[in-house]
Formats: sequence, structure tokens, C-alpha cells
Amino acid sequence: MAYSDKVIDHYENPRNVGKMDANDENVGTGMVGAPACGDVMRLQIKVDDNGVIEDAKFKTYGCGSAIASSSLVTEMVKGKTLDEAAAIKNMEIVEELALPPVKIHCSVLAEDAIAAAIADLREKRGEAKAESAA
Amino acid sequence: MSSLNIPVYLDYSATTPVDERVAKAMADCLTLQGNFGNPASRSHVFGWKAEDAVTEARNNVAKLIGANPKEIVWTSGATESDNLAIKGAAHFNARKGKHIITVKTEHKAVLDTCRQLEREGFEVTYLDPEDNGLLDINKLAAAIREDTTLVSVMHVNNEIGVIQDVSAIGALTRSKGIVFHVDAAQSPGKVAIDVDAMNIDLLSLCAHKAYGPKGIGALYVRRKPRIRIEAQIHGGGHERGMRSGTLATHQIVGMGEAFRIAHEEMVEENARVEALRDRLYNGLKDMEEVYVNGDLEQRIPGNLNISFNFVEGESLMMSLKDIAVSSGSACTSDSLEPSYVLRALGRNDELAHSSLRFTLGRFTTEEEVDFTVAEVRKAVEKLRDLSPLWDMFKDGVDLDTVQWAAH
Repeated sequence: MAYSDKVIDHYENPRNVGKMDANDENVGTGMVGAPACGDVMRLQIKVDDNGVIEDAKFKTYGCGSAIASSSLVTEMVKGKTLDEAAAIKNMEIVEELALPPVKIHCSVLAEDAIAAAIADLREKRGEAKAESAA
Repeated sequence: MSSLNIPVYLDYSATTPVDERVAKAMADCLTLQGNFGNPASRSHVFGWKAEDAVTEARNNVAKLIGANPKEIVWTSGATESDNLAIKGAAHFNARKGKHIITVKTEHKAVLDTCRQLEREGFEVTYLDPEDNGLLDINKLAAAIREDTTLVSVMHVNNEIGVIQDVSAIGALTRSKGIVFHVDAAQSPGKVAIDVDAMNIDLLSLCAHKAYGPKGIGALYVRRKPRIRIEAQIHGGGHERGMRSGTLATHQIVGMGEAFRIAHEEMVEENARVEALRDRLYNGLKDMEEVYVNGDLEQRIPGNLNISFNFVEGESLMMSLKDIAVSSGSACTSDSLEPSYVLRALGRNDELAHSSLRFTLGRFTTEEEVDFTVAEVRKAVEKLRDLSPLWDMFKDGVDLDTVQWAAH
């Protein structure tokens, strides 16, 4: 299987690997996937007082494309508001990393991870209800 | 020549390089100056010479498995041999019964052939192996029915290298008058075969896992008591009508030479390969959360199938770009399912996804093993640093209690 140069770059030099305090009020954690399926992503985002994502960290168990997708996502979300981050679509990841069709599920998982992290943060901040009411 | 050849080849169970001696013997059977004749040509010396070469090869193959040369049928490889044996015996005995028994960890050449027979109205029982990969003979005995005509059990498993007790199975099937087929594609040169002592009726072989060429194999078909099979390929009546088609002298000579060498050098080679395999295992076994898949004792010398928990197999192979190995990870297969062999052992999906198969062979060196140990340790450490599962494991979270969102 041939990997694109971008996948290899993210795989060999993953960006923003790590873990943040999940109890921090400004940190949202999203964990998606399942070990039995061969991939689990944990994405964490931290927002500043203006609701802008100032930091993001990930850890991923999965194939090279899953690791690269989550690494890329940490770069993409930084500096974005939650609404902007929520608008990221998996096809942007597919295009950026030149993922082959069998690896598209990795990008879907990464999109799910963003959504899960944002939902966690909004719930913590009591925005979940506001969202569903809107 | 340096004894560290990069990339390091540790996938000998997938295929082996052809031994130089084999390549030389094959090359002598191709050109005008060589032994190019059709072994079926009875009217001139070109045919006679080719027939002599085929006879010598037939003798060498027969000798390695304790058979009579007349019991060897040339085929294109183990897949064809499995098809011929299983379909051939099932069809021939269809009036007697339509029940076949095999094991879930068999090669796809056996399993898919059985599936085809199911579509034709046969009934197949797929037995579960024990956790160590070995078949419990009592479970086989219990599965035998009045209408069972064929039992097919592989000798050496291609993924985990475990050796089934075919002698015990053969004793049972012979006493019941059931035909016993053994897929022995992985056995030659690694574990002794004696078709008489083991009461084997049909045995599939191929050359390319034993330093011979791809595209050639054989099926052993017992003469006493006579085992009848229906031919699957017709035209010309070669190989006593069981497999028609012009014999490929160079391929057959290659297989014969490979099996001659296997017979002569097997004991010495296995001792050397086993020492290398143990060196590899000893270099890895002190790591946390590593599990050997399959029985370590009842196993061919060159196989180490091992799971590195919390690390996914395909990404591990991506890190090991200078080492050629296989993985049971779903991501390396077309089906997106993890290894069915490891799952049949009762390994959970996580460990199946996390497995690597190292298979060592004739040209593996100590330096290559040491290089591999260092690379694997480095890669596993790196990927565990990236793994949320490893984090959770280290934090004492029981992963089985976590509610995962399966996708």
C-alpha cells in the first residue's frame, strides 16, 4: 500500500500529540472509534475566553491514515471558533492527505472526533440545551 | 556480502526466494541446449530426457513425505491441490455421504473450496481450534457422522505456525474409513512428514514455500488403500487422469531440487532457524503487553506471531519500513476484518488488530534479527506514546468496561 507524502509526514512527525486535563472547564474531549474496529481517536480542544480554540491535542490508536488524519485535525481547528471547527468536513481531510477510498473512514472518524470534543465542551459550559433548543 | 540486507525479509511463510541451486537446475530445462522437451513425447530423446528429469523430481518429492513416486500428482500449487483433493474426494464419494469436516483456521484454499461444496449441496462442519491453535481430537471424533466422507486438516498453520497432530487424526479417520486430506503447504523442510505413519490419504504440497518456484505443487494420492478422486481438469489424461496438462519440466525440476535439498538439510537448517526465532522472541518478550499467538512448542521453528497490545498492526508495519512482515490487522486485508485465524483462537479483535507475523528462513541472519528487535521496540514505544488505549491502560482503566462507539 502506498501512502501519500503528507500521510507519511504526519505519521512520522505527528503534530500536537498529548493529553490535556479533561476536567478543565475550557477543555473539550472527544473519543471516537473502538479498539475492536482497529481505531480509536481522542481529540481534545481548549478554548480561550473568546471561545476560540487556542490549543488541540490528540492521541490515536489506528492505522497510519488514522494517525495522520487526527494530527492534521489538531492543526486545522486551532484559531477557529467552535462553529468554524464544527464546519470542518471529512472531505477536506481526504483531499489534504490524499487518502485512498479505503481510508476515507479515517477522515470520517476525525470529523466525528471534532464534533464529540465540541459537544463535550458545550455540555460542560451549559450550552448543550441552548444548542438543541435553537 | 553484508549479513544485514535491508529491507530485511521476514515473510518466509508468504513465499521464499528460490535457492540458487534450484534456479540453476530450472534454467537447464528451458533452452534449445537444455532439457526443453515435452515429457509426454514418447517418440524421441527430447521427450525421454524430460521424462527422466520429471521422474527424478517425482522421486525427490515422494521421498520427503515417505510416499511412492506413483502417488505424486503434479499441480500448479497448493491451492489447486486443495481443490483437487477436496472436490475430487467429495464428489467421488458423494453417493456414500455428503458431510465434510474441517477447521476454522484452515487456509482459504480449503475454506473457500468447502464453501463451494456447500453451495453444491454438501454439508461442512467447521471445528473451532483450542486457544493455542491446536485441534482437540475429541471434538473431531464427536463431529464425525455416518455420512462423513472427508476430513481436511492442515499440517502447519500459515499464520501462527502451529503443527496439528495429524498422526492422531489419521489414526481416527483410518479407523472410520474416512478420507483424510492434509494441506501441507507450509510443512516441507520444516517438519517431517510420513504419509504412511500418519495415515494420510491426500496431501497438498507446493514448492514456493520451500525455496522452489511459484506455480508448481503436487497432490499425494494414496494407492493402498486406494483413494479415488474425480479429476477437476480434463484433457490428455496426464498424471493418471487426475490432472491433465503438459508437465512443466522446469517447474517440476525446481520443486524436485528444492525438496531434495529440504530432505538433506532440514535438521541442520531447523536448528539454525529456531535459534534465530528464539533470539527474536527473547529480544521482544520482556516488553509489556506482548502476547504470542498459538502454541510455542507445537510450532515450526521459523514462525513468531505476536501481538503488541494497544498498537495497531498496520501502523506498526508502517514504522517498520525496512522490515518485510505480515500483520493480522484488518487494515492490511481487503476485507477490513482482522485475522480470522487469530479470532478463531479466541483472541479478541484488539489483539488480532495488533498482531505481526515474523517468519524466518534459510537466509535470515543474526544481524537481521538484532536489527528487527531494535526497530520493533522503537516503533512500539513510539506508537504507544501515541495511543489513547495505552494511556488508559497505564491509568488503570479496564478497556472492557468502556462503552465504545463501534463504527
